[in-house]
Amino acid sequence: MDPTSFLEQIWIARWPLASGVGLTLIISFLSIIAGTILGVGVGMSLTYGARPLRWLVRGYTDFIRGTPVLVLVLASYYVLGTIGLQLKPFQAGVLALAVFCSSHVGEIVRGALQAIPKGQTEAAKAIGLTFAETFIYVLAPQALRQILPAWVNTAAEMVKASTLLSIIGIGELLLSTQEVIARTFMSLPFYFLAGALYFLINFGIESLGRLIERKISIQS
Amino acid sequence: MTTNLVEIRDLHKSFGKVEVLKGVNCDLAQSDVVCVIGSSGSGKTTMLRCINMLEDFEAGTITIDGEAIGYDVRDGKRRRKPEREIARQRALTGMAFQQFNLFPHLTAIENVTLGLVKVKRLGRDEATVIGERWLDRVGLSTRRNNYPGQLSGGQQQRVAIARAIAMNPKLMLFDEVTSALDPELVNEVLMVIKDLARDGMTMLIVTHEMRFAYEVANRVIFMNEGLIGEEGDPREMFIRPKTQRLAEFLKSSSFN
Ligand SMILES: Nc1ncnc2c1ncn2[C@@H]1O[C@H](COP(=O)(O)OP(=O)(O)OP(=O)(O)O)[C@@H](O)[C@H]1O
Ligand SMILES: [Mg+2]
Repeated sequence: MDPTSFLEQIWIARWPLASGVGLTLIISFLSIIAGTILGVGVGMSLTYGARPLRWLVRGYTDFIRGTPVLVLVLASYYVLGTIGLQLKPFQAGVLALAVFCSSHVGEIVRGALQAIPKGQTEAAKAIGLTFAETFIYVLAPQALRQILPAWVNTAAEMVKASTLLSIIGIGELLLSTQEVIARTFMSLPFYFLAGALYFLINFGIESLGRLIERKISIQS
Repeated sequence: MTTNLVEIRDLHKSFGKVEVLKGVNCDLAQSDVVCVIGSSGSGKTTMLRCINMLEDFEAGTITIDGEAIGYDVRDGKRRRKPEREIARQRALTGMAFQQFNLFPHLTAIENVTLGLVKVKRLGRDEATVIGERWLDRVGLSTRRNNYPGQLSGGQQQRVAIARAIAMNPKLMLFDEVTSALDPELVNEVLMVIKDLARDGMTMLIVTHEMRFAYEVANRVIFMNEGLIGEEGDPREMFIRPKTQRLAEFLKSSSFN
Protein backbone atom coordinates (compact mmCIF):
# COMPACT_ATOMS: atom_id res chain seq x y z
CA MET A 1 0.00 0.00 0.00
CA ASP A 2 1.17 3.44 -0.89
CA PRO A 3 1.68 5.72 2.15
CA THR A 4 0.72 8.87 0.29
CA SER A 5 -2.64 7.39 -0.59
CA PHE A 6 -3.16 6.57 3.13
CA LEU A 7 -2.37 10.18 4.07
CA GLU A 8 -4.73 11.28 1.35
CA GLN A 9 -7.47 9.04 2.74
CA ILE A 10 -6.89 10.43 6.23
CA TRP A 11 -7.23 13.92 4.81
CA ILE A 12 -10.46 13.00 3.08
CA ALA A 13 -11.77 11.37 6.27
CA ARG A 14 -10.55 14.13 8.57
CA TRP A 15 -13.96 15.42 9.56
CA PRO A 16 -15.60 12.09 10.39
CA LEU A 17 -12.47 11.08 12.33
CA ALA A 18 -12.30 14.39 14.18
CA SER A 19 -15.94 14.13 15.10
CA GLY A 20 -15.27 10.57 16.29
CA VAL A 21 -12.46 11.78 18.52
CA GLY A 22 -14.62 14.63 19.75
CA LEU A 23 -17.51 12.35 20.59
CA THR A 24 -15.20 9.90 22.35
CA LEU A 25 -13.81 12.76 24.42
CA ILE A 26 -17.25 14.13 25.27
CA ILE A 27 -18.66 10.73 26.19
CA SER A 28 -15.62 9.87 28.30
CA PHE A 29 -15.60 13.24 30.00
CA LEU A 30 -19.30 13.22 30.84
CA SER A 31 -19.33 9.66 32.10
CA ILE A 32 -16.17 10.15 34.17
CA ILE A 33 -17.54 13.32 35.76
CA ALA A 34 -20.99 11.88 36.45
CA GLY A 35 -19.51 8.55 37.50
CA THR A 36 -17.10 10.24 39.88
CA ILE A 37 -19.76 12.37 41.53
CA LEU A 38 -22.00 9.34 41.91
CA GLY A 39 -19.00 7.25 42.97
CA VAL A 40 -18.04 9.60 45.78
CA GLY A 41 -21.60 9.25 47.07
CA VAL A 42 -21.31 5.48 46.76
CA GLY A 43 -17.98 5.43 48.57
CA MET A 44 -19.22 7.64 51.38
CA SER A 45 -22.38 5.57 51.79
CA LEU A 46 -20.30 2.42 51.98
CA THR A 47 -18.05 3.98 54.61
CA TYR A 48 -20.33 6.12 56.74
CA GLY A 49 -23.85 5.05 55.79
CA ALA A 50 -26.32 3.45 58.16
CA ARG A 51 -26.51 -0.29 57.77
CA PRO A 52 -29.55 -0.51 55.43
CA LEU A 53 -28.07 2.12 53.12
CA ARG A 54 -24.73 0.34 53.17
CA TRP A 55 -26.33 -2.94 52.18
CA LEU A 56 -28.31 -1.32 49.41
CA VAL A 57 -25.27 0.43 47.96
CA ARG A 58 -23.13 -2.66 48.42
CA GLY A 59 -25.69 -4.60 46.36
CA TYR A 60 -25.60 -1.92 43.67
CA THR A 61 -21.81 -1.87 43.32
CA ASP A 62 -21.41 -5.63 43.41
CA PHE A 63 -24.11 -6.05 40.80
CA ILE A 64 -22.69 -3.41 38.49
CA ARG A 65 -19.14 -4.60 38.88
CA GLY A 66 -20.19 -8.12 38.11
CA THR A 67 -21.87 -7.10 34.87
CA PRO A 68 -19.96 -6.67 31.57
CA VAL A 69 -20.02 -3.05 30.41
CA LEU A 70 -21.43 -4.14 27.07
CA VAL A 71 -24.42 -5.61 28.86
CA LEU A 72 -24.87 -2.35 30.79
CA VAL A 73 -24.81 -0.41 27.53
CA LEU A 74 -27.37 -2.68 25.88
CA ALA A 75 -29.52 -2.74 28.99
CA SER A 76 -29.67 1.01 29.36
CA TYR A 77 -30.61 1.39 25.70
CA TYR A 78 -32.97 -1.56 25.15
CA VAL A 79 -34.17 -2.67 28.57
CA LEU A 80 -34.92 0.79 29.93
CA GLY A 81 -36.95 1.31 26.76
CA THR A 82 -39.21 -1.63 27.56
CA ILE A 83 -40.09 -0.07 30.91
CA GLY A 84 -41.02 3.19 29.26
CA LEU A 85 -37.75 5.05 29.64
CA GLN A 86 -36.51 5.26 26.06
CA LEU A 87 -33.23 7.14 26.10
CA LYS A 88 -31.43 8.48 23.06
CA PRO A 89 -28.38 6.30 22.24
CA PHE A 90 -26.05 9.01 23.49
CA GLN A 91 -27.92 9.37 26.79
CA ALA A 92 -28.16 5.63 27.26
CA GLY A 93 -24.47 5.20 26.52
CA VAL A 94 -23.31 7.89 28.90
CA LEU A 95 -25.66 6.56 31.58
CA ALA A 96 -24.26 3.05 31.28
CA LEU A 97 -20.68 4.23 31.40
CA ALA A 98 -21.35 6.60 34.32
CA VAL A 99 -23.00 3.83 36.31
CA PHE A 100 -20.10 1.53 35.56
CA CYS A 101 -17.63 4.26 36.52
CA SER A 102 -19.48 5.01 39.77
CA SER A 103 -19.19 1.46 41.05
CA HIS A 104 -15.44 1.48 40.52
CA VAL A 105 -14.91 4.96 41.90
CA GLY A 106 -17.12 4.02 44.84
CA GLU A 107 -14.85 1.12 45.73
CA ILE A 108 -11.75 3.28 45.33
CA VAL A 109 -13.21 5.99 47.57
CA ARG A 110 -14.33 3.49 50.19
CA GLY A 111 -10.91 1.86 50.25
CA ALA A 112 -9.14 5.20 50.61
CA LEU A 113 -11.42 6.46 53.38
CA GLN A 114 -11.18 3.23 55.34
CA ALA A 115 -7.40 3.26 55.06
CA ILE A 116 -7.17 6.51 57.01
CA PRO A 117 -6.30 5.73 60.65
CA LYS A 118 -9.10 6.30 63.16
CA GLY A 119 -6.80 8.61 65.08
CA GLN A 120 -7.22 11.21 62.35
CA THR A 121 -10.94 11.49 62.93
CA GLU A 122 -10.44 11.49 66.68
CA ALA A 123 -7.82 14.23 66.58
CA ALA A 124 -10.13 16.29 64.37
CA LYS A 125 -13.04 15.76 66.74
CA ALA A 126 -10.85 16.60 69.69
CA ILE A 127 -10.17 20.10 68.37
CA GLY A 128 -13.89 20.61 67.87
CA LEU A 129 -14.43 19.94 64.17
CA THR A 130 -17.85 18.62 63.19
CA PHE A 131 -18.07 15.51 61.04
CA ALA A 132 -18.56 17.55 57.86
CA GLU A 133 -15.54 19.74 58.68
CA THR A 134 -13.49 16.69 59.56
CA PHE A 135 -14.36 15.17 56.23
CA ILE A 136 -13.57 18.29 54.23
CA TYR A 137 -10.34 19.35 55.91
CA VAL A 138 -8.86 16.13 57.23
CA LEU A 139 -10.23 13.02 55.56
CA ALA A 140 -10.93 14.07 51.97
CA PRO A 141 -7.50 15.62 51.32
CA GLN A 142 -5.81 12.47 52.55
CA ALA A 143 -8.17 10.18 50.67
CA LEU A 144 -7.73 12.20 47.48
CA ARG A 145 -4.03 11.50 47.37
CA GLN A 146 -4.66 7.82 47.71
CA ILE A 147 -7.51 7.81 45.20
CA LEU A 148 -5.80 9.64 42.37
CA PRO A 149 -3.69 6.86 40.79
CA ALA A 150 -6.56 4.38 40.80
CA TRP A 151 -8.94 7.05 39.60
CA VAL A 152 -6.69 7.84 36.63
CA ASN A 153 -6.75 4.16 35.75
CA THR A 154 -10.51 4.13 35.90
CA ALA A 155 -10.71 7.22 33.72
CA ALA A 156 -8.51 5.52 31.12
CA GLU A 157 -10.73 2.44 31.34
CA MET A 158 -13.73 4.63 30.62
CA VAL A 159 -12.15 5.92 27.43
CA LYS A 160 -11.61 2.34 26.31
CA ALA A 161 -15.10 1.33 27.38
CA SER A 162 -16.57 4.16 25.30
CA THR A 163 -15.77 2.05 22.21
CA LEU A 164 -18.63 -0.21 23.25
CA LEU A 165 -21.12 2.53 22.44
CA SER A 166 -20.50 1.87 18.75
CA ILE A 167 -22.83 -1.11 19.25
CA ILE A 168 -25.80 1.19 19.77
CA GLY A 169 -24.83 3.32 16.81
CA ILE A 170 -22.93 6.16 18.43
CA GLY A 171 -20.38 7.57 16.03
CA GLU A 172 -17.51 7.71 18.44
CA LEU A 173 -13.96 7.14 17.28
CA LEU A 174 -14.22 3.39 16.76
CA LEU A 175 -17.44 3.52 14.75
CA SER A 176 -16.29 6.44 12.63
CA THR A 177 -13.05 4.59 11.96
CA GLN A 178 -15.00 1.53 10.87
CA GLU A 179 -17.09 3.66 8.56
CA VAL A 180 -13.97 5.07 6.95
CA ILE A 181 -12.60 1.55 6.56
CA ALA A 182 -15.81 0.41 4.93
CA ARG A 183 -15.30 3.12 2.31
CA THR A 184 -11.54 2.84 1.80
CA PHE A 185 -10.85 -0.86 2.58
CA MET A 186 -7.70 0.27 4.42
CA SER A 187 -8.47 -1.58 7.61
CA LEU A 188 -5.00 -2.05 9.09
CA PRO A 189 -3.73 1.54 8.82
CA PHE A 190 -6.97 3.05 10.05
CA TYR A 191 -7.32 0.68 12.99
CA PHE A 192 -3.73 1.51 13.77
CA LEU A 193 -4.52 5.20 13.58
CA ALA A 194 -7.51 4.75 15.92
CA GLY A 195 -5.29 2.82 18.32
CA ALA A 196 -2.76 5.64 18.28
CA LEU A 197 -5.47 8.22 18.95
CA TYR A 198 -6.83 6.23 21.93
CA PHE A 199 -3.30 5.92 23.20
CA LEU A 200 -2.82 9.67 22.94
CA ILE A 201 -6.03 10.39 24.83
CA ASN A 202 -5.10 8.04 27.65
CA PHE A 203 -1.53 9.21 27.68
CA GLY A 204 -2.88 12.73 28.17
CA ILE A 205 -5.08 11.60 31.05
CA GLU A 206 -2.23 9.76 32.73
CA SER A 207 0.20 12.65 32.33
CA LEU A 208 -2.33 15.00 33.82
CA GLY A 209 -2.84 12.55 36.70
CA ARG A 210 0.88 12.29 37.36
CA LEU A 211 1.21 16.04 37.27
CA ILE A 212 -1.54 16.47 39.86
CA GLU A 213 -0.07 13.65 41.93
CA ARG A 214 3.29 15.40 42.08
CA LYS A 215 1.63 18.70 42.94
CA ILE A 216 -0.28 17.35 45.92
CA SER A 217 2.07 14.66 47.23
CA ILE A 218 2.87 14.91 50.93
CA GLN A 219 6.48 15.57 51.73
CA SER A 220 8.22 13.38 54.21
CA MET B 1 -22.01 27.40 92.69
CA THR B 2 -19.28 24.89 92.17
CA THR B 3 -15.62 25.67 92.68
CA ASN B 4 -14.40 22.74 90.64
CA LEU B 5 -13.52 23.17 87.01
CA VAL B 6 -14.22 19.54 86.25
CA GLU B 7 -16.63 17.24 88.05
CA ILE B 8 -17.10 13.62 87.17
CA ARG B 9 -19.96 11.92 88.95
CA ASP B 10 -20.73 8.23 88.95
CA LEU B 11 -19.40 7.69 85.44
CA HIS B 12 -20.38 4.36 83.90
CA LYS B 13 -19.18 3.06 80.57
CA SER B 14 -19.52 -0.38 79.01
CA PHE B 15 -18.27 -1.89 75.79
CA GLY B 16 -20.98 -4.39 75.00
CA LYS B 17 -21.41 -6.49 78.10
CA VAL B 18 -18.09 -5.49 79.63
CA GLU B 19 -18.34 -2.69 82.14
CA VAL B 20 -15.14 -0.71 81.89
CA LEU B 21 -15.96 2.26 84.13
CA LYS B 22 -18.02 1.33 87.15
CA GLY B 23 -18.92 4.62 88.74
CA VAL B 24 -15.94 6.94 88.63
CA ASN B 25 -16.00 10.13 90.72
CA CYS B 26 -13.35 12.74 90.26
CA ASP B 27 -12.95 16.50 90.65
CA LEU B 28 -10.37 18.86 89.27
CA ALA B 29 -9.97 22.38 90.53
CA GLN B 30 -8.56 25.11 88.34
CA SER B 31 -4.83 24.50 87.72
CA ASP B 32 -4.90 21.00 89.12
CA VAL B 33 -2.41 18.64 87.56
CA VAL B 34 -3.73 15.16 88.09
CA CYS B 35 -1.88 12.09 86.92
CA VAL B 36 -3.79 8.88 86.31
CA ILE B 37 -1.93 5.65 86.82
CA GLY B 38 -3.06 2.05 86.86
CA SER B 39 -2.53 -1.24 85.15
CA SER B 40 -3.39 -1.94 81.54
CA GLY B 41 -7.13 -2.27 80.95
CA SER B 42 -8.11 -0.46 84.14
CA GLY B 43 -10.03 2.17 82.16
CA LYS B 44 -7.69 5.17 82.11
CA THR B 45 -7.99 5.85 78.40
CA THR B 46 -11.71 5.25 78.44
CA MET B 47 -12.21 7.82 81.19
CA LEU B 48 -10.30 10.44 79.20
CA ARG B 49 -12.21 9.64 76.05
CA CYS B 50 -15.53 10.04 77.85
CA ILE B 51 -14.53 13.49 79.04
CA ASN B 52 -14.36 14.77 75.48
CA MET B 53 -17.08 12.50 74.12
CA LEU B 54 -14.85 10.41 71.93
CA GLU B 55 -16.81 7.70 73.74
CA ASP B 56 -20.46 7.91 74.71
CA PHE B 57 -21.22 6.86 78.25
CA GLU B 58 -24.34 5.27 79.67
CA ALA B 59 -24.65 6.87 83.06
CA GLY B 60 -23.22 9.58 85.24
CA THR B 61 -22.36 13.16 84.51
CA ILE B 62 -19.30 15.07 83.45
CA THR B 63 -19.30 18.80 84.07
CA ILE B 64 -16.71 21.23 82.79
CA ASP B 65 -16.91 24.79 84.07
CA GLY B 66 -20.52 24.24 85.04
CA GLU B 67 -21.50 22.82 81.65
CA ALA B 68 -22.87 19.27 81.39
CA ILE B 69 -20.91 17.38 78.74
CA GLY B 70 -22.58 15.25 76.10
CA TYR B 71 -26.01 14.76 77.57
CA ASP B 72 -29.06 16.74 78.61
CA VAL B 73 -31.50 15.54 81.19
CA ARG B 74 -35.00 16.81 80.57
CA ASP B 75 -38.15 15.47 82.22
CA GLY B 76 -36.00 12.76 83.74
CA LYS B 77 -34.95 11.60 80.27
CA ARG B 78 -31.29 11.53 79.32
CA ARG B 79 -30.61 12.61 75.77
CA ARG B 80 -27.41 12.95 73.80
CA LYS B 81 -26.83 16.52 72.78
CA PRO B 82 -26.88 17.41 69.08
CA GLU B 83 -23.64 16.63 67.24
CA ARG B 84 -22.87 20.30 66.64
CA GLU B 85 -23.15 21.07 70.33
CA ILE B 86 -20.94 18.13 71.22
CA ALA B 87 -18.35 19.34 68.71
CA ARG B 88 -18.33 22.72 70.44
CA GLN B 89 -17.98 21.08 73.85
CA ARG B 90 -15.06 19.01 72.65
CA ALA B 91 -13.19 22.25 72.06
CA LEU B 92 -13.47 22.97 75.80
CA THR B 93 -10.86 20.29 76.29
CA GLY B 94 -7.66 19.65 74.42
CA MET B 95 -6.33 16.15 73.95
CA ALA B 96 -2.93 14.73 73.11
CA PHE B 97 -2.77 11.11 72.01
CA GLN B 98 -0.24 8.36 72.30
CA GLN B 99 0.10 8.20 68.51
CA PHE B 100 0.24 12.02 68.03
CA ASN B 101 -2.36 11.86 65.24
CA LEU B 102 -1.04 14.91 63.45
CA PHE B 103 -2.65 15.60 60.09
CA PRO B 104 0.00 14.35 57.65
CA HIS B 105 -1.13 16.53 54.75
CA LEU B 106 -0.70 19.75 56.74
CA THR B 107 2.48 21.48 57.90
CA ALA B 108 3.20 22.00 61.59
CA ILE B 109 1.74 25.49 61.57
CA GLU B 110 -1.29 24.38 59.55
CA ASN B 111 -1.91 21.59 62.03
CA VAL B 112 -1.95 24.11 64.84
CA THR B 113 -4.10 26.70 63.06
CA LEU B 114 -6.75 24.40 61.55
CA GLY B 115 -8.90 24.44 64.67
CA LEU B 116 -8.33 28.15 65.23
CA VAL B 117 -9.60 28.97 61.75
CA LYS B 118 -12.37 26.41 61.35
CA VAL B 119 -13.64 26.07 64.91
CA LYS B 120 -12.74 29.36 66.55
CA ARG B 121 -13.32 31.21 63.28
CA LEU B 122 -10.25 33.38 63.67
CA GLY B 123 -8.79 35.13 60.65
CA ARG B 124 -5.82 33.40 59.09
CA ASP B 125 -3.35 36.06 60.23
CA GLU B 126 -4.53 36.03 63.79
CA ALA B 127 -4.52 32.24 63.85
CA THR B 128 -0.99 32.17 62.48
CA VAL B 129 0.24 34.55 65.19
CA ILE B 130 -1.25 32.31 67.88
CA GLY B 131 0.00 29.17 66.16
CA GLU B 132 3.53 30.53 65.90
CA ARG B 133 3.49 31.54 69.52
CA TRP B 134 2.65 27.98 70.56
CA LEU B 135 5.10 26.37 68.20
CA ASP B 136 7.68 28.65 69.74
CA ARG B 137 6.60 27.59 73.23
CA VAL B 138 7.19 23.94 72.39
CA GLY B 139 10.53 24.84 70.81
CA LEU B 140 9.60 24.25 67.18
CA SER B 141 9.28 27.67 65.59
CA THR B 142 11.94 26.75 63.04
CA ARG B 143 9.89 23.72 62.02
CA ARG B 144 6.70 25.57 61.25
CA ASN B 145 6.67 24.64 57.56
CA ASN B 146 7.65 21.01 58.01
CA TYR B 147 5.20 18.20 57.45
CA PRO B 148 4.73 15.64 60.24
CA GLY B 149 6.61 13.06 58.18
CA GLN B 150 9.63 15.32 58.34
CA LEU B 151 9.64 15.52 62.14
CA SER B 152 10.88 13.17 64.84
CA GLY B 153 8.38 11.51 67.13
CA GLY B 154 9.17 13.91 69.94
CA GLN B 155 8.74 16.89 67.65
CA GLN B 156 5.47 15.52 66.30
CA GLN B 157 4.15 15.08 69.80
CA ARG B 158 5.11 18.63 70.70
CA VAL B 159 3.29 19.93 67.62
CA ALA B 160 0.28 17.84 68.64
CA ILE B 161 0.35 19.39 72.10
CA ALA B 162 0.65 22.86 70.56
CA ARG B 163 -2.33 22.07 68.30
CA ALA B 164 -4.45 21.14 71.30
CA ILE B 165 -3.35 23.93 73.59
CA ALA B 166 -3.61 26.67 70.95
CA MET B 167 -7.37 26.22 71.11
CA ASN B 168 -7.16 27.64 74.63
CA PRO B 169 -8.97 24.71 76.27
CA LYS B 170 -10.08 24.80 79.88
CA LEU B 171 -8.68 21.34 80.43
CA MET B 172 -5.90 19.36 78.78
CA LEU B 173 -6.04 15.58 78.50
CA PHE B 174 -2.87 13.58 77.89
CA ASP B 175 -3.05 9.88 77.15
CA GLU B 176 0.35 8.24 77.49
CA VAL B 177 1.88 10.82 75.22
CA THR B 178 5.39 9.48 75.64
CA SER B 179 4.67 5.76 75.30
CA ALA B 180 5.28 5.67 71.55
CA LEU B 181 8.52 7.61 71.78
CA ASP B 182 12.10 6.44 71.79
CA PRO B 183 13.50 6.87 75.32
CA GLU B 184 15.77 9.74 74.36
CA LEU B 185 12.77 11.74 73.06
CA VAL B 186 10.59 11.34 76.14
CA ASN B 187 12.10 14.15 78.10
CA GLU B 188 11.54 16.94 75.59
CA VAL B 189 7.81 16.17 75.68
CA LEU B 190 7.63 15.90 79.45
CA MET B 191 9.39 19.26 79.72
CA VAL B 192 6.66 20.84 77.63
CA ILE B 193 4.00 19.43 79.94
CA LYS B 194 5.84 20.61 83.03
CA ASP B 195 6.04 24.01 81.46
CA LEU B 196 2.28 24.04 80.97
CA ALA B 197 1.82 23.00 84.60
CA ARG B 198 3.82 26.00 85.70
CA ASP B 199 1.49 28.14 83.61
CA GLY B 200 -1.45 26.92 85.66
CA MET B 201 -3.02 24.76 82.94
CA THR B 202 -5.53 22.28 84.33
CA MET B 203 -4.44 18.85 83.21
CA LEU B 204 -5.44 15.22 83.45
CA ILE B 205 -2.48 13.06 82.49
CA VAL B 206 -2.50 9.33 81.97
CA THR B 207 1.08 8.18 82.26
CA HIS B 208 3.33 5.27 82.98
CA GLU B 209 6.19 7.61 83.84
CA MET B 210 6.06 7.35 87.61
CA ARG B 211 8.89 9.72 88.29
CA PHE B 212 7.23 12.33 86.08
CA ALA B 213 3.92 11.81 87.90
CA TYR B 214 5.69 12.19 91.19
CA GLU B 215 7.29 15.46 90.11
CA VAL B 216 4.49 17.17 88.25
CA ALA B 217 1.22 16.02 89.79
CA ASN B 218 -0.39 17.70 92.74
CA ARG B 219 -2.65 14.67 92.88
CA VAL B 220 -2.47 11.12 91.59
CA ILE B 221 -5.37 8.85 90.77
CA PHE B 222 -4.84 5.13 90.82
CA MET B 223 -7.38 3.43 88.57
CA ASN B 224 -8.20 -0.13 89.37
CA GLU B 225 -10.72 -2.25 87.47
CA GLY B 226 -12.88 0.66 86.39
CA LEU B 227 -12.87 2.49 89.70
CA ILE B 228 -10.61 4.92 91.43
CA GLY B 229 -8.72 2.67 93.79
CA GLU B 230 -6.85 5.35 95.60
CA GLU B 231 -6.05 9.01 95.18
CA GLY B 232 -3.91 11.57 96.86
CA ASP B 233 -0.65 13.43 96.95
CA PRO B 234 2.03 11.40 95.15
CA ARG B 235 4.54 12.14 97.90
CA GLU B 236 2.19 10.35 100.28
CA MET B 237 0.69 7.74 97.98
CA PHE B 238 3.84 6.48 96.30
CA ILE B 239 5.62 6.04 99.59
CA ARG B 240 2.80 4.76 101.77
CA PRO B 241 0.12 3.20 99.53
CA LYS B 242 -3.03 2.45 101.49
CA THR B 243 -4.25 -0.40 99.34
CA GLN B 244 -2.62 -3.69 98.55
CA ARG B 245 -3.39 -3.15 94.85
CA LEU B 246 -1.51 0.11 94.61
CA ALA B 247 1.42 -1.33 96.52
CA GLU B 248 1.62 -4.17 94.01
CA PHE B 249 1.25 -1.82 91.09
CA LEU B 250 4.01 0.44 92.34
CA LYS B 251 6.27 -2.53 92.91
CA SER B 252 5.75 -3.71 89.33
CA SER B 253 6.30 -0.24 87.86
CA SER B 254 9.61 1.41 87.27
CA PHE B 255 9.35 3.97 90.07
CA ASN B 256 11.84 3.27 92.79
N1 LIG C 1 -13.52 0.25 71.61
C1 LIG C 1 -13.51 -0.75 72.52
N2 LIG C 1 -14.29 -1.82 72.34
C2 LIG C 1 -14.31 -2.82 73.25
N3 LIG C 1 -13.58 -2.84 74.37
C3 LIG C 1 -12.78 -1.79 74.61
C4 LIG C 1 -12.69 -0.70 73.69
N4 LIG C 1 -11.83 0.20 74.19
C5 LIG C 1 -11.38 -0.32 75.35
N5 LIG C 1 -11.95 -1.51 75.62
C6 LIG C 1 -11.72 -2.32 76.82
O1 LIG C 1 -11.95 -1.52 77.94
C7 LIG C 1 -11.01 -1.84 78.96
C8 LIG C 1 -10.34 -0.55 79.42
O2 LIG C 1 -9.57 -0.05 78.35
P1 LIG C 1 -8.71 1.26 78.46
O3 LIG C 1 -8.11 1.49 77.12
O4 LIG C 1 -9.51 2.35 79.03
O5 LIG C 1 -7.59 0.83 79.49
P2 LIG C 1 -6.28 1.62 79.92
O6 LIG C 1 -6.35 1.74 81.39
O7 LIG C 1 -6.14 2.86 79.14
O8 LIG C 1 -5.14 0.58 79.53
P3 LIG C 1 -3.70 0.83 78.92
O9 LIG C 1 -2.79 1.14 80.09
O10 LIG C 1 -3.33 -0.48 78.31
O11 LIG C 1 -3.79 1.93 77.93
C9 LIG C 1 -10.07 -2.85 78.40
O12 LIG C 1 -10.46 -4.12 78.90
C10 LIG C 1 -10.27 -2.77 76.92
O13 LIG C 1 -10.09 -4.03 76.34
MG1 LIG D 1 -4.82 3.53 77.62
